[in-house]
Parts: sequence; C-alpha cells; structure tokens
Amino acid sequence: MEVFINLLVNGVSTGLLIFLLAAGLTLIFGLMSVLNFAHGGLFVWGAFSGAWIFKETNSFLLAIVGAVGIGMALGWVLERFLIRPVYGNHVRQLLITLGGMLVLSESIKIFWGPNPIRVNLPGWLEGSYQFDGIIIIKYRVFVIVVGLLLYMALWLLLSRTQIGLMIRAGVMDKEMVQALGINVKGLFTFVFLLGAALAALGGALLAPYSGVVFAEMGMQYAILAFIVVIIGGMGSLQGSALASLIVGVAGAFMAYYIPDLSLALNMLLLAIVLLVKPTGLMGEKGSAV
Amino acid sequence: MSLLKLDNLETYLGQYHILQGVSMSVEEGSITVLFGRNGAGKTTTLRSIMGFNPSTSGFVHYNSQRISGISTHLISRKGIGYVPENQGIFSALTVEETLNLAKAKSTGEAEEKMEWMLDLFPDLKKYWRKKSGLLSGGQKQMLAIARAYINGDGLLLIDEPSKGLSPIMVEKLMESILKMKEKTTILLVEQNFLMASEIGDYFYIMDDGKIVHEGMMQDLKDDKETCQKYLGIA
Repeated sequence: MEVFINLLVNGVSTGLLIFLLAAGLTLIFGLMSVLNFAHGGLFVWGAFSGAWIFKETNSFLLAIVGAVGIGMALGWVLERFLIRPVYGNHVRQLLITLGGMLVLSESIKIFWGPNPIRVNLPGWLEGSYQFDGIIIIKYRVFVIVVGLLLYMALWLLLSRTQIGLMIRAGVMDKEMVQALGINVKGLFTFVFLLGAALAALGGALLAPYSGVVFAEMGMQYAILAFIVVIIGGMGSLQGSALASLIVGVAGAFMAYYIPDLSLALNMLLLAIVLLVKPTGLMGEKGSAV
Repeated sequence: MSLLKLDNLETYLGQYHILQGVSMSVEEGSITVLFGRNGAGKTTTLRSIMGFNPSTSGFVHYNSQRISGISTHLISRKGIGYVPENQGIFSALTVEETLNLAKAKSTGEAEEKMEWMLDLFPDLKKYWRKKSGLLSGGQKQMLAIARAYINGDGLLLIDEPSKGLSPIMVEKLMESILKMKEKTTILLVEQNFLMASEIGDYFYIMDDGKIVHEGMMQDLKDDKETCQKYLGIA
C-alpha cells in the first residue's frame, strides 16, 4: 500500500509538472496552429533562472516570480520576432522554433556554464509527511497543489471570462473571431505569453524537484509535452491535463515494476491512443476547455 | 446616399485574378443583392470588403471612410457585421456564449440589439444553453445572422443564407431579413433568385470577376433575357 501511494503521488506530481508545459503548448497550437518546439527552451530558462534567483536571494517565491517574468520576456521576443513572421507556414515554424529551442538551450551555457547545476529544496518545503507508515515528500504535495490550482485557474480563465471565450472561439474559427472586431494578433500574443509563463513556472518548480538542472532538459521535456498534447488531443486543455496524469502515473509505476519498459512507455501510450482515437483522448475540433 | 462603395476592386487569390475591377455601391437602408454563378467572385467580394482577401488595387469606402487596407477587426468595429457562406459557427460554444461574444466589441446598444434578435429568432432563446454545433441548419443560420447584427448593425454582409436549407426555412429566414431592413442595410449574396428577388431593392450580377449588370430589382425581374443569360432562369 505504501509503495502504491508513493508511486501515485510521484506520478501525479510529475504529471502536473508536465501539464504546466503541455498546457501552454496545446493552447498555442489550438489557437495559433503553431508547433512551438521552442517551448522547451522557455522551460529550461525557467528552471535555470529560478534556480539562480533562489540561490542568490534564498527566496523561493522571488525565484518563481523572476523565472515567470524572464520566461514571459523571452516568450514575447520569440512570438514577436520569430513566430509572427511565419504564421500559417508549418514548415518554417518547425525550423524556426527548433532553431529557437537550440539557441535558448545553448545560451544557458553562456550565463551558467556547461555543467549541470544542483538545486536545493526551499527550507519550508523540505522533509515529508507521514501517515500510517506512508511517507510523502512535502515538495511533491506542494507541486500537486500548485498544479491543481493552476489547472483550475486556467479552466476558469477559459470557461468563465470574456478573454477565455475569445480564445475558445479563436481555436474554432480565427477568421470569424476577427470578423467580430476582436484583435486576434493581440489574442495570439496573450496566449503565447501565458504559455511561456506556464513553461517557465514548470521549469522553476521542476528544478528543486529533480535537484539538478542541465541545458539539454528543455528538449527532453518538450518531447514529453508534445506526446502529452497529442495523447490528450491537440488544442484541448482538459485532454492535456488527463494525458499528463496518465503519462506521469504510468511512468512512475512502470519505472518501479518494469523498469526496462519505462523508456518505451510514452511511445506505447501514444501509439495506442493514435490507433484507437486519432484525434487524441479529448481532441475534437473547437474544444479548448 | 451610398453607405458602401467599391471602386475598381482587384483581388488575387494566389495566382488567380478573381476580382477584376469590381465597382458597386450599397444604399443606406436597402437590401442589395449580388447575384452570379458559382465562381463568379461573389464570396471574394465580401471577403475583400472584410479584409480577409485584401484587394491589390481599388478602394472600399464605408460611411465615406476608406476601409480597404485596414485589418479585419478594425473594419468590423466600424459597424459591419459578416455572415460567411459556411456560417462560421463556434460549434463548442452555446448560443448564449456566441451572442455574448458578439457583444464584446459591438457597435451601438448591444443589449437592445440582442433582445430584438431574440424576438426575431425565438429559437435562439429556446436553445439558449445549447451548443451551437447541435443546432439545425436553419437555427445555425439564424444564430450567424443574429451574431453579425449584434456585432455590427451598420451594414450586414450575408453570404448565401439559403444554402442547404429547406424551402420553408428559407422563406422564414427571408422574412426575417426583410424585417431587419427596418434597422440596418444589407448586402446579400444569393443564388436563389426567386427568393432574393422578392426582398431585394437593388441588384448586381457578377460574371468572371466583373459586374456585368446592375439596377433596380423590379427591372431585373422583367428582364427575362438577362436572367436567362447570367442566372440560368427561364
């Protein structure tokens, strides 16, 4: 029982971290039809800048705020100068966002050097909770709480606000949204910045979770996030949340019980979902929530 | 007075020269019908007015202001509502959400306009919380028209509203469009001559990207030769 609960907690917390990365990716794809490979670069910048600010100030809150700010600033530069000129051209988007990903990852080394950096847990999140012999690490509970709160906030944003209504409509028919007097370019920028903020936050939260950050982790997590987005259904926030949890929990159990298969698990899940439901678990045209 | 004026509009779609010097005007408070065969350039004309397919030369003036060359959302904010050929329904949004979205950047009294639309199309009130994608074809068309009117009531551009609808539904819809003339100006693209000729005041006929005939609707009804030549009606 202890093992089961521990694996479940690990899986859910990992899944919610992946969700933070996948949520932005799926919204950006749904609204803007942009396959943004540079998203992983924003994630790794969030991880490094968060770790650095935390080390310098010893304030985890400041680290998160700083990482999100840096992620959004980089996101704005990416959207404005790299992605905006290639809207509607998937081949160019692929090339330019892959290039953006490489530049972002490699530029990490200019600021923080080529070696991985160790990151400590904030003091108030060290240690664990114990119930009937079951030990649950505090930081994982924190990640789960933050992840769930963010999911709820995103859901409320999309389903209960005017801008959410515009985004959902934009995912279905961009032209018609423009014909209603709504500035879709402005909406694109907002969604891109939101996605960048979530990616950077994911990176900043992952750093103490994994204990070490390295420049190549962006690509590693971006691929994972893409798998999640495809499994969940491209453009669907709920689909991404569900797929993140499935990938996270299945990954935790597989790594414990059949470690040899754990590396192939995500591809296996992807193949099964695509065979059974090619649009993804919750993927239907026009469903952002 | 002309509310909308197109002056020698030229539009290309890729390598194809679709609009070849289109000039026309729409009088305030009228229903002007744009006829023509498939591929004549009717839809492209509306899309060029809205800025989706910007013209390479020529001008569009609305309310004496030049609107060609500006972004679609800014054109819409001047008070132009648009109903595309495919209705452009947001299938996952409810009727309520769709009409609320139309109010977001509405010109004029949005609440008043919404109430009038719900009186005109009671089905929309009935299915207020229903997902738009689950409505019937006719109800979707009503929703698309109501959304356009709530968004911009200065001029409505309506692209083939009768397409795919039953004769009864077409008749109902045309009655509603005729009522809407009391409060707005309409540029209607239609292939259903019998129906459109009953409600239109003026007409234009397009062929191969050019305006080949124009005038009062009553004159067209009496001109069997033109009807036969361009619209295939005996």
